[in-house]
Amino acid sequence: MTGPPRPTLAVWKFASCDGCQLTLLNCEDELADIAASVQVANFPEASREVIAGPYDLSLVEGSITTPADAERIRAVRDASRFLVTIGACASAGGIQALRNFREADEYLPVVYARPDYIDTLRTSTPIADHVGVDFELRGCPIDRHQLLDVISAFLHGRKPSVPGYSVCLECKRAGITCVMVAHGTPCLGPVTQAGCRALCPSCARGCYGCFGPMETPNTAALSARWRELGVSRPDVGRAFRTFNANSGPFREEAEANDAP
Amino acid sequence: MTHHSDRPGQDESIQVRLKAGSVQALSIKVDALTRVEGEGGLQVTVRDGRVTDARLNIYEPPRFFEALLRGRRYTEVPDITSRICGICPIAYQMSACQAIEDACGAAIPAPILDLRRLIYCGEWIESHALHIYLLHAPDFLGYSSGLHMAQDRPDLLARGLRLKKAGNRLMEVIGGRAVHPVNVRVGGFYRAPARRDLDGVRAGLDQARQDALETVRWVAGFPFPDFSQDYQFVSLRHPADYPITAGRVVSNRGLDIAVREYDQHFTEMQVPHSTALHSVLHDSLPDDSVPDDSVLHDSELDGGGTYLVGPMARYSLNAGLLPVTVMDAARAAGLGSTCTNPFRSIIVRAVETLYACEEAIRLLDAYQPPQPSWAEVPPRAGTGYGATEAPRGLLYHRYQINADGTVAAATIIPPTSQNQRVIESDLRAFVADRLDLPHDRLTWECEQAVRSYDPCISCAAHFLDLKVDRS
Repeated sequence: MTGPPRPTLAVWKFASCDGCQLTLLNCEDELADIAASVQVANFPEASREVIAGPYDLSLVEGSITTPADAERIRAVRDASRFLVTIGACASAGGIQALRNFREADEYLPVVYARPDYIDTLRTSTPIADHVGVDFELRGCPIDRHQLLDVISAFLHGRKPSVPGYSVCLECKRAGITCVMVAHGTPCLGPVTQAGCRALCPSCARGCYGCFGPMETPNTAALSARWRELGVSRPDVGRAFRTFNANSGPFREEAEANDAP
Repeated sequence: MTHHSDRPGQDESIQVRLKAGSVQALSIKVDALTRVEGEGGLQVTVRDGRVTDARLNIYEPPRFFEALLRGRRYTEVPDITSRICGICPIAYQMSACQAIEDACGAAIPAPILDLRRLIYCGEWIESHALHIYLLHAPDFLGYSSGLHMAQDRPDLLARGLRLKKAGNRLMEVIGGRAVHPVNVRVGGFYRAPARRDLDGVRAGLDQARQDALETVRWVAGFPFPDFSQDYQFVSLRHPADYPITAGRVVSNRGLDIAVREYDQHFTEMQVPHSTALHSVLHDSLPDDSVPDDSVLHDSELDGGGTYLVGPMARYSLNAGLLPVTVMDAARAAGLGSTCTNPFRSIIVRAVETLYACEEAIRLLDAYQPPQPSWAEVPPRAGTGYGATEAPRGLLYHRYQINADGTVAAATIIPPTSQNQRVIESDLRAFVADRLDLPHDRLTWECEQAVRSYDPCISCAAHFLDLKVDRS
C-alpha cells in the first residue's frame, strides 16, 4: 500500500464477555472506513494475523483477575502509544468485581473441586489500578457512537467528546417522560453518566447504572428518594452494586446501605 | 490418583512444548486461538506417529457468575447473566427468564413468547452472520480475517455485515440495544415495541432473507476436508417449531427428557487444563466411572459421555420442522437429513440464518403488541429449570429461589462447556489422518476445526456449584 503508513490499532481482552470488542464489529456501516484509516494490527477475535507492536492505539476490554493478566497488561501498556479502556470491566472491574465485597477466598475453594488448578486473584480490578490509562470509555456495554468518536479523537490528536453529565440530560433532550417523577419507578439516571441515550427510560424502566457514576453524583440524595419510593436498603445497595460496583461513588453508596 | 497440573512450566512431562518452526514437529500448539470468542489455546501431542493427547486449553479467567448471583433478587438475573456473553446475551436472558418463571410457577402468554422468539431470531442472525463472515469463512478462502477477505471481495463482507446488521436492528428495536438488551424482564418485556417500530425493520429483513439465501449458496461451494464423525447429537425438540426458545431435550441415541430432568442425565466436571467445566452425558457411562471428586480425567471415561450441541445437532434432530423453502435451500447446498462433518457446519449455520430470517418475518407480520407487555411473576420458594437454543447450542439454567425472591443457588451450563470434549476427540481423530501435512498447514487446519464449533470461551469459563469433600 502506498502513502503514509496508517496508524496501528490493537484490541486486547482480559476478564470480560467480549461485548465491547463486538461493539467495534457492530459498526457495520463504518467498519470498511475504520479498516481504511487504521491498520488492524492485533485483534485476535477478528483476525489470525498479528503484527508486532508498538501500537498507536490499544483498546483494552476486561478487568484484571489473574496474576498472569496483571503482568500482561504491563506489556500491553509498554507496547501502546495510547491506551483506552473500553467498557465497565476495564474501567471499573465489571460485574465480576462483586467478588471484591465477599469474604476473602469465599468463592474459589468452596466451589471448585480442585481450586489448585485455578489461578485467580481475590479481586477484579480496573486497568487503571495497574497501568496508566489515557482514556476510560464507560458502559456495559460501550456505546458504538462513543467508540467511533474515541477512535477518531485519538487518531486526530483531539480529546474525545464524551460528556460526564448524567443520563437525565439526554433523557430530557430525548423528550422522555421522567419514569421516577411520573411513575415512581426507581431510576439511577440522576447519578449515572450519560452515553446510552437514556435507553432504559425509553423502555419505561429505570436506569440501572451500566455507564457508572457521573462526574459529581449525589448518590445519598438519590438513595433517600428511592427509600421514599418504598425501596428497601438492601435493594438500594444491590442497585449500586452491579456492573460498576467497584467505582468509588457507587461502592460507597452501596456500603452506606449495607446492614449495620 | 495423581492429578497433573497443566499450566506451562509446571509439568513438562505431559506436554511437549515446541516453538513454531522447530524441526522436531512433535507438538502442535496454538497458544492463543484467534477468531473465537474468548481466550483459549489448543494443544495436540504426537508420540511415535500416534496422537497421544488433544486438548482445548481454556485460560479465560473465571468470573464466578453462579457465585455472585447468590443473594441477588430474582428479577436481576436476566440482566446479570446476559453479561456472561456479549455475543449471545439474549440466550442468557431467555434461559434465565424461563427458569425463574418455572421456579415461580408463572405462565407466560403466547404473544409474549412470540416476541421472545422474534428477538431471539435477531440474535441468531447476528451471531451466525458474525461467525460465517468474520470468523469462519476466511479459513476456507485462505484469508487471515474478514477484513483481509474484503480487500479482494468487498462485496462479500458487505453482504455479511448487511445480514448481521439486520439481526442487530431487530434486537435494538425490541431490546433497546444489541449487546445486553435492556427491555427483557422476568415475565416478558418492560415495554412492547410499537407496530410501526417493527415495520421499520421489515424491509431490512426482506433483504436479509435474500442475503441469507445467497450465503447458503456461497458457503456450499467451499472446499471441505473429508472428515466425518459418529456424533451423539443433543438439542431441544419442539412438536411444532424448529427449536429456539423451548422444547424437550433429545438426542439421536434415544434421550428424550423434560428440561427439569437435565441434571439426572448430564454432569459437569472440572478438568485440569481448563477454567471451563466439561459436560458429559452420563447415561452412556458405566455407573462407577464418574469420579467422586468431580475432576475429570479422560482415562477414567475413555471418551464416553461425549456429545455435541449446536447447529449440526439441531439440524440433524429437527430438519423435518424447517419450512419447505429453507429445506430446498439446504438440499440444493448438498445437506442431507443430517450433518456429520463439522467443517460443513458453516452450511448449517447459513441454513439456520435463512430460517431465522423467515421466522422473524412470519412473527413480525403477525405481531400485535402484547398487552400487558409482561406477566406478573410473584416470587415463591422453589427450583426452576430453563433451556433454550443459543446460536452455539443448548443453554441450560437452573435456579433455586428463596421465598423472599433472592437467589439461593444458580447453575448455568453453556454450549461450549458441553462441546469441549467433542472438540478434543475430533482434534485427536483429525490430526491422526494428517500427520504428513506441513506444520503450519496442520496448525491452521486444527484452528479451523476448532472454529467449526464457534466456541464461545467467554461463556464456557464459568463456575460450578460443587460440593467438596474435605475429609
